Amino acid sequence: MSNAAGVTRATLDKDLRLEWRSKDAINSMLFFSLLVVVIFSFSFDPTAEESRRIAGGLVWVAFLFAAVVALNQTWARELRNQVLDAYRVSPAPPNSLFMAKVMGNFIFVTVLQALMTPLFIVFYNLRALGPAYQLPIVAALGTWALVVNGTFFAAMSLRTRSREIMLPLLLFPISIPALLAMVEATGAILTGEFSAKFWIVLLAAYDVVFTIASLFLFGFVLQAE
Amino acid sequence: MPPAVIVTDLVKQFGRFAALRGVSAEFAPGRLYAILGDNGAGKTTLLRALAGLTPPTRGSISMLGTTDLRSVCGQLGYMAHPSLLYDEMSGMENLGYFARLYGINNKGQNEKDQRCGDVIRAVKLDPSLTRPVGQYSQGMRQRMSLARALLNDPKILLLDEPFSNVDVRSAREMVSLLVGLRDAGKTIFVVTHQASLLEGAADEFVWMEFGKIVSRTADLRPPETRLETQ
Repeated sequence: MSNAAGVTRATLDKDLRLEWRSKDAINSMLFFSLLVVVIFSFSFDPTAEESRRIAGGLVWVAFLFAAVVALNQTWARELRNQVLDAYRVSPAPPNSLFMAKVMGNFIFVTVLQALMTPLFIVFYNLRALGPAYQLPIVAALGTWALVVNGTFFAAMSLRTRSREIMLPLLLFPISIPALLAMVEATGAILTGEFSAKFWIVLLAAYDVVFTIASLFLFGFVLQAE
Repeated sequence: MPPAVIVTDLVKQFGRFAALRGVSAEFAPGRLYAILGDNGAGKTTLLRALAGLTPPTRGSISMLGTTDLRSVCGQLGYMAHPSLLYDEMSGMENLGYFARLYGINNKGQNEKDQRCGDVIRAVKLDPSLTRPVGQYSQGMRQRMSLARALLNDPKILLLDEPFSNVDVRSAREMVSLLVGLRDAGKTIFVVTHQASLLEGAADEFVWMEFGKIVSRTADLRPPETRLETQ
């Protein structure tokens, strides 16, 4: 295993261990998503047909807002006791830290989705009329789009005074194309009215472009004061 | 022997405030330097610049014969005022993680554990302590932080206030450890307000004032005193 891969794995192990002990991110995300599901189900009283049309937007907006909670936690841990400086003075590659953080957030948000999806199905009486096998693909690509940008912008807003506010201000506008693709693809699969392939390809392209751009720029972000 | 560190006309501006105002100095290898001065004199900024954490506004730093600090960072040990440790993990877990950043695990898990245990014992702590670092006393945390800085067996050690909140006996033990490391050929920079602890141990006292090195002395008399007695 190369040093970069080894450092990524070590950092991911460490983050998973810290999250397992504190459960800070996962608990906050769960409670937030749970509130969204319950409040929206009481606010609207949609039929199954309407649910299929609005569920895509509802689900992804809930996951986007919940992910922000985890993304803010990611770097907060590195700021306590200035541990990030210990990483910066080490010969470990900056991108290993970034990839470990992205993978960690991907795992946290995926766990959240696994726990919340049954609730969405029950509360909104959902059933896919299109090809259901495409849903996990959309979920994986969509989650990656959220966490790769979110992790990058959370790192960028790390040294700002009000970083909890700064992260959504930076993240949400740039996530609009990905969010649109996620919502449309999910809607297409649930209603079965049109093909989701175009949106899935768009989402995959978005992931590739923003992953490469983030990897290219993260070294500068990490070394900035 | 060529200098271990050469600093040339180093300037660091934070907005309109100049923390370093043209520092130039050479530091020989295998010596222990105590960097002294009042608060705001630029000691920590100088140390952070040497560690590569604060890029200078102007000037250059050459370390172990290169100005590319990134290429020699594996040979640096840095200890800051905060512990640079994860409060939720034990000492061994912390050092285990940092050892992997330095590739110490490449020769095997046993070697990594052995190295982590050795440096923890060197700072007079017990490697078998399982409680998280957050539950350590401040003094224990300082010593664990020093252990982390020693983990990669660095040629140059940069220590910022290593004795703060440490009791006198432990501080003296830390000083003898540093003397041993210096005698083994390491170049050590210690920023401290407790200079008396390094009397008889440091090879040179580097006095800073308003972002400049104002004096370098072999003993602990501050520059003003020296002027009066001259």
